[in-house]
Amino acid sequence: MLVSIYRYNPDTDDKPVMRDIEIELPAGKDLMVLDVLELVKQKDPSVVYRRSCREGVCGSDGMNINGKNGLACITPVSEAVKPGGKLVLRPLPGLPVIRDLIIDMSMFYKQYEKVKPYLINDQTPPAIERLQSPEDREKLDGLYECILCACCSTNCPSFWWNPDKFIGPAGLLQAYRFLADSRDTADTERLSGLEDPFSVFRCRGIMNCVAVCPKGLNPTRAIGHIRTMLLQQGT
Amino acid sequence: MVTNVTNLGRSGLYDWLVQRFSAVILATYSFYILGSFVVNPDMNYEQWSALFASNVMRMFSLITLFALCAHAWIGMWTISTDYMTSLQLGKRATFFRLLFQAGCALLICVYLLWGIQIFWGN
Ligand code: SF4
Ligand code: SF4
Ligand code: FES
Repeated sequence: MLVSIYRYNPDTDDKPVMRDIEIELPAGKDLMVLDVLELVKQKDPSVVYRRSCREGVCGSDGMNINGKNGLACITPVSEAVKPGGKLVLRPLPGLPVIRDLIIDMSMFYKQYEKVKPYLINDQTPPAIERLQSPEDREKLDGLYECILCACCSTNCPSFWWNPDKFIGPAGLLQAYRFLADSRDTADTERLSGLEDPFSVFRCRGIMNCVAVCPKGLNPTRAIGHIRTMLLQQGT
Repeated sequence: MVTNVTNLGRSGLYDWLVQRFSAVILATYSFYILGSFVVNPDMNYEQWSALFASNVMRMFSLITLFALCAHAWIGMWTISTDYMTSLQLGKRATFFRLLFQAGCALLICVYLLWGIQIFWGN
């Protein structure tokens, strides 16, 4: 199979180029895109990418696979490429490229940091632990599973335009994860940090984030909840 | 919190609400005008100007005019802050954005004053 990879090394290249490489795939097996990349690396060790868990848990191998953001390790080749077609791999769009498929995620993490992604509670801690009812715990389902792979935010046009001001779907999903937590007491401060015209309100409901999340999460819905909470607090 | 000086209500929530309320007003007004054409397909000038003569209609028109201006400003401001940023235009972005926003503001003011004159002048 032909694999076309985005190559860029800032030390030696003026411009990024797409370079093709032919890979023999073992017959009768549907490899994951990451497996193909490992085969590529055996042939050409200069290709670089991030990976770690190879099972969709660490979130490090987010990349653009035949035009769609996803995790290479859990995307089967058969799903990404039409029979006889070629596999096209690019870095996640919208953030600076460090080299080949590796992007600089600082802006993404900065937005994540802004939402204070940790529990804030101003009451005295109980002796053992803060309890939560099963119902309240359930409210965090679909929020806590995010692995910060950045597939969603780098697929969001609003994030491409204002990566320094719009928090983006990943950060907002986590913002809501703590707003929804019954053990968190900082709702008011959290919300007042979000009511400006950029942080939340740049979301246009395009739902590109939902379309690509490899964990099947729904940032758009969480953003809707934040907007409702802002409305309740502001009116 | 991202702060800036040129948006209408200083808060995204307020802008968002204004944008939605004004959209409803604009839609209602448009349907009303369109409806009066449907009801009376061969409207002449006298009937057309009589339609706008009552005080209720003048108020409705004025409110719609304000809604239109607010809607246009929020919309144009948003577009300018999406597309005219330093990512797209480099160092001169602020200059061009302000120029564009000033142009929009001027045009909106002219339309507002002109509209008031049309609806409320003699
Ligand atoms: S729904 Fe909002 S956050 Fe998700 S891709 Fe669209 S604009 Fe971005
Ligand atoms: S919401 Fe989904 S796509 Fe976005 S960072 Fe989390 S796991 Fe990745
Ligand atoms: S390698 Fe960990 S998510 Fe793909």
